[in-house]
Amino acid sequence: MHIGNYIGLVHESEKDLAEAFEKVSKHHAAEPDVYQMCQKLSSWSANHVLNLQPFIKRYSEDKSKEPDNLKRSLFSQPRSGSLALVRDLHDLWLLANEVQLCWVVLLQAARSLRDKELELACEQFDAQTQKQLEWLMTRIKQAAPQALVVAE
Amino acid sequence: MEQSRNSIVDIWGPRTPYIGTWPERIDMQLAEQPDTWVQSACVLCSNGCGLEIGVKEGRIVGVRGRADDRVNHGRLGPKGLHGWVANNSADRLTKPLIRKKGVLVESSWDEAMSLIVAKTKEIKRKHTAGAIGFYTSGQLLLEEYYTLGIIGKAGLGTPHMDGNTRLCTATSAAALKLSFGSDGQPGSYTDIDTTEAILLVGHNMASTQTVLWTRILDRLAGPNPPQLVVIDPRKTYTAEKATVHLQPRLGTNVPVLNGLLHLVIEGGTIDKDFIDKHTVGYEELKKVVSEWTPELVENVAGIPAGDLRKAAKIVGSSSTLLSTALQGVYQSMQATAAAVQINNLHLIRGLIGKPGCGIYQMNGQPTAQNTRETGADGDLPGFRNWDNREHIEELAKLWNVDPYIIPHWAPPTHAMQIWRYAEQGSIKLLWISATNPAVSLPDLAQVRKILSKEDLFVVVQDAFLTETAALADVVLPTAIWGEKTGCFTNVDRTVHITQKAVEPPGEAKSDFDIWVDYARRMEFKDKDGAPLVKWTKPEEAFEGWKQCSKGRPCDYSGMSYEKLLSKNGIQWPCNDNYPEGCERLYTDGVFHTSADDCETFGHDMTTGAEYTPEQYKAADPQGRAFLRPAAYEPPHEQPDDDYPFWLTTGRVVYHFHTRTKTGRSKALQDAAPDAYVQMAHEDAAQLGISDGELVKVESRRGHIEVVARLGGISPGTAFIPFHYGYWDDSERARAANELTLSEWDPVSKQPHYKYAAVKISRITGEGKPSLLEKAGTLLESIKEKIIH
Repeated sequence: MHIGNYIGLVHESEKDLAEAFEKVSKHHAAEPDVYQMCQKLSSWSANHVLNLQPFIKRYSEDKSKEPDNLKRSLFSQPRSGSLALVRDLHDLWLLANEVQLCWVVLLQAARSLRDKELELACEQFDAQTQKQLEWLMTRIKQAAPQALVVAE
Repeated sequence: MEQSRNSIVDIWGPRTPYIGTWPERIDMQLAEQPDTWVQSACVLCSNGCGLEIGVKEGRIVGVRGRADDRVNHGRLGPKGLHGWVANNSADRLTKPLIRKKGVLVESSWDEAMSLIVAKTKEIKRKHTAGAIGFYTSGQLLLEEYYTLGIIGKAGLGTPHMDGNTRLCTATSAAALKLSFGSDGQPGSYTDIDTTEAILLVGHNMASTQTVLWTRILDRLAGPNPPQLVVIDPRKTYTAEKATVHLQPRLGTNVPVLNGLLHLVIEGGTIDKDFIDKHTVGYEELKKVVSEWTPELVENVAGIPAGDLRKAAKIVGSSSTLLSTALQGVYQSMQATAAAVQINNLHLIRGLIGKPGCGIYQMNGQPTAQNTRETGADGDLPGFRNWDNREHIEELAKLWNVDPYIIPHWAPPTHAMQIWRYAEQGSIKLLWISATNPAVSLPDLAQVRKILSKEDLFVVVQDAFLTETAALADVVLPTAIWGEKTGCFTNVDRTVHITQKAVEPPGEAKSDFDIWVDYARRMEFKDKDGAPLVKWTKPEEAFEGWKQCSKGRPCDYSGMSYEKLLSKNGIQWPCNDNYPEGCERLYTDGVFHTSADDCETFGHDMTTGAEYTPEQYKAADPQGRAFLRPAAYEPPHEQPDDDYPFWLTTGRVVYHFHTRTKTGRSKALQDAAPDAYVQMAHEDAAQLGISDGELVKVESRRGHIEVVARLGGISPGTAFIPFHYGYWDDSERARAANELTLSEWDPVSKQPHYKYAAVKISRITGEGKPSLLEKAGTLLESIKEKIIH
């Protein structure tokens, strides 16, 4: 059984996503809505990590370094200027997609295992990740025209 | 001088008790006997009272209420009775001003307009129209908004159009759209005449809409008076009349309303048949509110569980219910989410579209409704949906332009974002009309910094040299109410015409004439090379608007200037089906929610994320209303050891907005001459502060010095009216918005003025704080800046 592989993967991915939201929040603190929402969305991911603990005990986890590598390559450059916001939200969106895919894969495994507790957790976390993605997409669409076309 | 009553002392006037038909009472205030009377309506709050302007020898000498007007039946409030005096002020602007070598110098109209046009063309060529923004008001007339809307959306093609209505009315629009699919107030003021119960949430109607409150006072004095539930952290004039007054902690509207919904559902007085036939989302709503027991509400919001039960009994058992909301909801945490819960209450009880069952998602300003209708703000004309291609095509066809000129790739930019772009330098021309952001926006130090930026060209249209105008590059002197003709629409969809009674002073021009001139000079054309703006007179613009609104929820096609002059006060929709106007919307329980009709595809209530057309169409409610639940989110800034008090801001009965007009009326100014901080006796005693003492109030953004007034507010909370800036007193920092937070609701984007953490201290000799750098010296510099 390889469920431990994905428990490890989602654990690290959510941790990274929580940190990334926190980092982007601080980096763009001059955008009040970005600051507030990234703080909130970071707390959602941090909460997912906390609530994963019983399943880590139940299935054990394989430690994964893959998400860290992804995060490093995404947020590799310090960014400034109005384009930076679009690029940082862009990378958050990519990270959040990684997380969402993990929850979908785990949800399938939970159903096959008839683990109702894990199934419910995966459904709830997937729904919140979906909301994170929807906010990111909305904010990216709003910011892109001004950043790419108008700003110097 | 002749006056029907002293409205400064006796704010609401004598009682005319009633149920059914509200008796007439004509209020009047005259300085001299007029030669003629000119039909108009009042623009000093959102109520829209019909009145006549008294004119003698070309000057306004007074006003009297119109007895036949459906809104006020002759009554006027203190602001309406005394505000007109400002028209005759000696310090009206009479010539355009251009900043030259740092000072504002009088110029000709041709020089000022040529400069604006040259700047527009240069900026557009270098940076696209995305570098141009408009920041308007809730004070202009329908014809002005619609003309500007066309200029911005189809002439320049900029998405950056919004105004101070974002501060006053954005949540009203957002909540109506989210629940009913489109903006548009469902009810009518006549609902007060028969209703059994009234729920006022964060709405001190007694101070903000005095004539509407008079209507309620008269019901309270008559047979079978309604029961009143008031939700407000302060013991206001409104709260004094409450059957039940709930005083929640700041930022806890959602828990309180969820608690009420929970008790109503538990009590079983819901209309299951209406819910099944006319709504979607009931099970989810029930699930979310079920958590909010009176005990939990008490714990979170500080409201005794017994009081919540009493309130729920009233709003859950009356056979009719009228609800109102204003800035205590719209400018607080979870603004849209809370406003929507009020809609939910009416929907689950099936109390909508019937006499006595109105919902007033109030507007703060007299013409705020019109900017929402005509698209001079973050909306599209005729409540069209920016994300619906067919709606964009309709506008393009109507204006005879290529649809691609109309920005529709994202929602129109909201005001706070416009200011942020100006701060970052990507907006380079900001055109401000009829408003005073240097006093009304949150975090004023930041606003002054933006307005003073070298690379931002600021145009201000105003009748006076406001704190904002003093920082502009070009100031255009405007005609105001009484000096121009046009229409505007109040909270219950009543459209009034206001006529030109006198000439504006000097060379002042109406905002309408200024924008028509700008369009002509810019040579905006349609597809066939004809002028884009096809009118030069307000009445022609109104005819154009009738075509644009035809077939939409806000249908004006059955109106005309002639009709508005003969029957003052007509409610939209007014068309072939409703030639005399329509008293209530949704009488058949069919809402504007079908995918091809709706004004928005909706938002996530927590994050504000936009739903896509595909998401919406997958579950098209096809005319059913949305029941949208909301989980509680605590306020972002809360009192702590350093800043131990909650601050909330608001209005006083005698002033409007930043007192640009009311501060120039001696009667109103004398009645409320200065800012103050209201705090509880217990808090004051602990700090050694006595009533009437000058104190320092500080937040993380700034500080002010104001007089302390004690009592009438919960311990731990402080209230400061936001009207007071610096044009008439620059001796000390006193504007409430030096202290407020720059952050906003995720859905409506309305700023959070109703909570911030502050500390309050006595001012001792050596600790006296220094004056604000810019604001403090503004008045002196204003005088120096004008060279005659």
